[in-house]
Amino acid sequence: MTQEFSAVGLSSARRDSSEKAGGAAKFADDYSVPGMLYGAILGSPIASGRIKSIDLTEAKTVPGVVSILTADDLPDRRVGSFIKDEVTLARGYVRFVGEPVAAVAAETKEAADLAAQLIIVDFEDLPSVCSLDEALAEDAPLVHPGQDDYVRTSETPTNGNIFWSASILEGNPDAVWDSCDVIVEDTYETPGQYHAYMEPCSALAEPDLAGRITVRSTAQSIFYIQGRISDELDIPMSNIRCVAPKIGGGFGGKNGVSVQPIAVALARASGRPVKITLSRSQDMEMLRSRHPTRIRMRTGAKKDGTLVAREAELWFDAGAYTDESPAVLSFGMLCSRGPYNCPNISVKGHAVYTNKLKAGSFRGFGNPQATFASESQLDALAVKLNMDPIELRRKNAMKAGDHWLGGQTVDSCAMTQCLDALDERLKEEVSALPPAEEGWQRGVGVSGLSHISGLMGTSAFVNLRADGTVALQTGVVDIGQGSDTVLPQICAETLRLPLESIAYAAQDTDSSPYNWKTAASRITYTAGRAVMQATVEMRERILRDAADMLECSKDDLELDIGGTVRVVGADRKVSFREIAARAFNRVGGPIVGQHAFAFDGPRFDPKRAAMSNFAFDNLGVYVFGAVGVVVDVDTVTGKTIVQKVWSAHDIGRAINPQSVEGQVQGAVVQGVGYALLEELVWENGRLTNPSFMDYKIPDGMDAPSEITVMLIEEAPEATGPFGAKGIGEAPIVGVAPAIANAVFNATGARLTRIPMTSERVLNGILSL
Amino acid sequence: MTESNDIPIRLTLNKSLKSVFCKPTETLLSLLRDGFGLTGSKRGCNQGLCGACTVLIDGKPMRSCLTIAATCNGRDVVTVEGLLENGKLSTMQQALVDSGGVQCGFCTPGVAIALTSLLREDPKPDRTKIREALSGHLCRCSGYIKIVDAAEAAAEKAGS
Repeated sequence: MTQEFSAVGLSSARRDSSEKAGGAAKFADDYSVPGMLYGAILGSPIASGRIKSIDLTEAKTVPGVVSILTADDLPDRRVGSFIKDEVTLARGYVRFVGEPVAAVAAETKEAADLAAQLIIVDFEDLPSVCSLDEALAEDAPLVHPGQDDYVRTSETPTNGNIFWSASILEGNPDAVWDSCDVIVEDTYETPGQYHAYMEPCSALAEPDLAGRITVRSTAQSIFYIQGRISDELDIPMSNIRCVAPKIGGGFGGKNGVSVQPIAVALARASGRPVKITLSRSQDMEMLRSRHPTRIRMRTGAKKDGTLVAREAELWFDAGAYTDESPAVLSFGMLCSRGPYNCPNISVKGHAVYTNKLKAGSFRGFGNPQATFASESQLDALAVKLNMDPIELRRKNAMKAGDHWLGGQTVDSCAMTQCLDALDERLKEEVSALPPAEEGWQRGVGVSGLSHISGLMGTSAFVNLRADGTVALQTGVVDIGQGSDTVLPQICAETLRLPLESIAYAAQDTDSSPYNWKTAASRITYTAGRAVMQATVEMRERILRDAADMLECSKDDLELDIGGTVRVVGADRKVSFREIAARAFNRVGGPIVGQHAFAFDGPRFDPKRAAMSNFAFDNLGVYVFGAVGVVVDVDTVTGKTIVQKVWSAHDIGRAINPQSVEGQVQGAVVQGVGYALLEELVWENGRLTNPSFMDYKIPDGMDAPSEITVMLIEEAPEATGPFGAKGIGEAPIVGVAPAIANAVFNATGARLTRIPMTSERVLNGILSL
Repeated sequence: MTESNDIPIRLTLNKSLKSVFCKPTETLLSLLRDGFGLTGSKRGCNQGLCGACTVLIDGKPMRSCLTIAATCNGRDVVTVEGLLENGKLSTMQQALVDSGGVQCGFCTPGVAIALTSLLREDPKPDRTKIREALSGHLCRCSGYIKIVDAAEAAAEKAGS
C-alpha cells in the first residue's frame, strides 16, 4: 500500500459543526413535545439534617401542578457503583445544600418552580462537616453514620468520615531516605473546580402507552444512564430507551446521572412527557465538582538528579456521596509518580465524606491534583540541584518497556521526545517574545505529564450499502470532543474511502451497540479499535467476494482510494458497489462487520507492587507529554497572566490533527482556570459562588493568546487504530504545576495552593 | 392563550415581520425559544454572563436573556438562524466550521453573532480586538484560539 491516506490524518471539519454553527443542532433543552410538562426540583437548604416531615398542601394548590414526588413515592433503593449510598430523592436525611428532596411536574416552568418553593420541609438541623479538616477532626460528626451497613463492591476499611483508603508500595522508601542527596517535602492543596460545561444538565422523559419511556438527556453515556434509571427506579432496561441529543460539553460532569431518574419518575407519575432543565446555579449546587484535595509529598534524589524515593499521602474531599470517588482516588494515587522512574515509592490515599456536593469525575480524574504536587516537587528539586528543569525530567523520564506505578508495562512512550520538542521550542521562542511590561516579572515554567487512554467495553457495527457506501454504528456519545467525526474517519481509512462515504448513526440504546462512557480519554483508542476491527472484518468479506468475482487469490488484491478493489499490478478491478449489489441479492447476503471487546491491557503486577483496595485492576495505554508556559506577574498586585503555552503530546497518531489541537487548547485553558481563577467556595455548608458572576472561568482575554500544540507521532501505539492514543484529558494535567513553577521562576515564591489568585501570589511574594 | 396583561408587539425577526403577544416579564430568549421555536439561541446561564443567547437587536449584539421581549416592539432582531444566507452558512459561520472553532457547539450561536457584528464594525480586526469582542462569550471547549482564527479567516475572506 502507498502512504496516501483517504481520511486518517486529515483535518476534516467536524461533521456536526455546520448544524451547530447554523443554530439547527438540537441539544436536550431544545426538544419540546406535545403535552410536555416542566419539572422542578426542591434542593435541600441545609447541609445536614433529618427530614421530620414534608408538607405538600400548599404546593398542590398551585394551578397547573400535575405531580409532586418525594422519596416515599419512589422505590426504597440505595445505588452507587462502589458504595450503594445514594438515593434519587433524599430519604430521611439530607447531606448537602442542593440535594434533591422533592420534585414537581407542572404545565409551565413557572408553576413548577413556584410549587417547589411552596413545599414545606421540617428539618431537624444536624451538625455538618464542610472541609477535610472538619471531617477528619476527632469526634467529627459523621456524614453517613450508617456507612458500615451500605453494600460495597469492596470491603475496604472505613474510619470516621473516611470511606475508602488505599495504598501502594514499591521498593522501600524508608530504607533509602538517608542515601538521598536532596529531599523536598511539602503539602499541596487544590480546590473544587466546576466543570462549567456551557450546557446545563437537562432531561426529557417521554412515556408511551406500552409502558416504555424514552429519555433524551445531557449524558456522557446512553447505556450508563439507562442502567442507572433502571437501578434507581426498578424499571427493566428493556423499557428504557436512552437517546443522545447533541451534548454541550461534559468534561466528566455528565458522566453520572443528573436529573434523568427524577424526570422519568415524574413522567411515569403523571403519564406525560416531562422536561427538567437545571438553572446554572442549581447545576452548580446539585451535581458534581472536581475533588478538592490535600496532598503531602516527599521526594528524594541523588546529586545527578536521579530520583530515589517518594512518599505521598492524598486526601480527597468527596462530598456527601461516594459516586466515583474510589476510582478517582485510585487513579490519582497511580499518577503520583508521574511519567518518571523512581524505584522506591509509597502512596497512601483516603476518600473522605463531607457535607458538600459530590465530587466526581472531571477531566484528569485525580491526576491534575497528584501532578500538581509531583511536578511542583520536581521543580523544587531542580532548583536545589541547580539543574535545568527539563534536564531533570529527561533524566528520569519513562521509556517504552518501563513499568507504570503498579507494575504494568508501558508499550508506547514518547516522553523524552515530548521533553525534547518542548526544550527546543522554549529555547527558540521565549527570548523572542516581547518583554514583560514595566513592573511585571516574567517567568518560565515547565511540567511533564502523563495519563491513560482506555478502559472498559465497547463495540461497533458496520454494513456496506448497495451503492458501496458504509453505515457505521457505535454507542459513543459525542460530547463535543469530536468522535462523530473521528470514528467515521477510522472506518473510512480502513476501507480507503473518503469520509463522506461513511454514514454515522445517532446513538440510541434500542439500536446502538454497547459502549461504556465517553470518559477516560478512551474513545479514539478503545471505540476506535472496535470500529477498526469491525471494518477490517467487513473488508475481509469485501476482499473475499472480490477475489471470487475477479477469479484470483485474495492475497493478490489491494484497495484503491474511493471504493475499488484491484488486482495488484493489473487493470482488473471491481467496485464496492458491484460487490455489494451481488452480495445483497445473490451471493452471501449483506456485507457487515462487527467487533466487541473490553480493554485488555496489562494488569497490575503483584511482584512489583504491593497494592490494597484499588478500584480497578488495570489501566489503559499510557500517554505522555510536556507543557511549558511563560507568565508575567505584577509584583504590586500579584496578578498573573499566562502569555504563551507550548503543549507537546505523545499522541501516537493524530486521526484528525485540527480536532486534537482544539482538544489540547481547550484543556490548556481549563487548566489555566484551575491554576489561576477557579475555586468553589463554601461557607457554613453553602456554596457561595454558584454562578458565572462569582465563579470565574477564563474568557477570551484571560486565556493565553497563543497556545502552540506539538503532536509527537514518534511512538505509535501498536494496539491503537492507526497507532492512535487518546488526548481528551492529558493536556490539562500539567498546566497548573507549569504555571506555579513559572510563578516561582518569576518571583521566587513557591505557591503550594491553587488557584493562584492575585492575593495568594502577592502574599507569596510578600512573605519571601 | 393570551391573558389580559399580555403585550402585543411587532418586530422584524430574521427579516420577516412578526406580531406576537408577550407576557410583561417574558425575556426575548424565552420568546425566541418557546414562542418561535428558534432554539439556536442558547440558555447557558440566564444571567447575561455566558453570551450563548446573544442576538442582534437593531444590528447590535445583545443578551436575549436580559432583554424583556416587550421592549423589542418595532425593532429588528436577528438570531443565529437568521445569519444564514440563502439557506447556507454565512462567511463567518463557515469560517467557524473550517477553522475548527466549533466543538460542543453550545456557545457557537452567540459567538457567531458577536463576530458577525465585530466584522461589520471593523472588517480587519487584529487578534486582540477579536479576543475583546469574545470576552463576553464563555467557551469551555476550545480555549478560544480557533475561534479567533475563524474571525481572522472570515475577515480575510470577506476582504478578498
